[in-house]
Amino acid sequence: MQMTWREIVTAVHGMLFGGFFLMACFGVLVLLHRSLAAHGGSEVKEHGRRRERIFLILMVLLGWAAVLSGAYVVYPWYRAAVPPGVTNLEMYPQRLLMSDPHTAGWHTLGMEWKEHVAWMAPMLMTMVAWVMMKYEDGSEEHRRLRAMVGGFALAAFLAGGVAAEFGAWINKKAPVTGGRVITLSQDGK
Amino acid sequence: MSSPREAVANGAAGAAVLAASLGCFALGVLAVAGDGWKAVAGLLTFYRPTGPLSGVSTVAILVWLATWFTGNRLWRGKTVALGKVSVAAFVLLALGLLLTFPPFEDLLLGK
Repeated sequence: MQMTWREIVTAVHGMLFGGFFLMACFGVLVLLHRSLAAHGGSEVKEHGRRRERIFLILMVLLGWAAVLSGAYVVYPWYRAAVPPGVTNLEMYPQRLLMSDPHTAGWHTLGMEWKEHVAWMAPMLMTMVAWVMMKYEDGSEEHRRLRAMVGGFALAAFLAGGVAAEFGAWINKKAPVTGGRVITLSQDGK
Repeated sequence: MSSPREAVANGAAGAAVLAASLGCFALGVLAVAGDGWKAVAGLLTFYRPTGPLSGVSTVAILVWLATWFTGNRLWRGKTVALGKVSVAAFVLLALGLLLTFPPFEDLLLGK
């Protein structure tokens, strides 16, 4: 059982950073819903707030790790120029997709949208996390503020979802591969 | 921009929300500009292997952080009309999202 270095990095970018970020975004939506539905009846204690803050900070870090690793590590492999004379496009996913009109849309729509919309998710969730940490008590005004950022958290979740969904499909149609081969287990064990 | 029914200073939250949406809008505008004009794409190529995306994302982040910093200094400790701020922020966010959608971008650029 083997994987290439680029496959491992792509998996870390998409499945670890991106996947866990999206799960955390969903967690924030649940947290916001719960805090709005509580109507002051269930005040979170200080140690609970501390855990929430750690969760929010980790979520923000995951979001930025996802977009930065995507843009500066995986994307350059994806869009690498084909050297003259090379006809096997397996190592050049963007060129591979564009070489066939049946797959070109995965780049012209999928990647073109994903590469930009993805950045909105960590920007918005950083703001959401900051507001949630700054305005965290059960007062009516703080609840109103959290309700307002709930819409932005949903938008961030959807933007991240678009990026993740297209990323997964594009990597299925034209995987980012190459680099050092790493053997995970021998003889199928 | 003050509202009499709000007692708690919410200016810092308003500034954060508006700045994040402005960053998203800037991202959309820069994405269209980078796709539409080669000269702009060249200017936005801060890191060659990543191409114009490096500049589009970096400038959008700078717009976001700069407006957040400025807005926070102006509105911190103040009470703002949160309804108006959130409507403006949602409009900016929606425009930003629309501008990054390739079919809409192509329509704007006449491709």
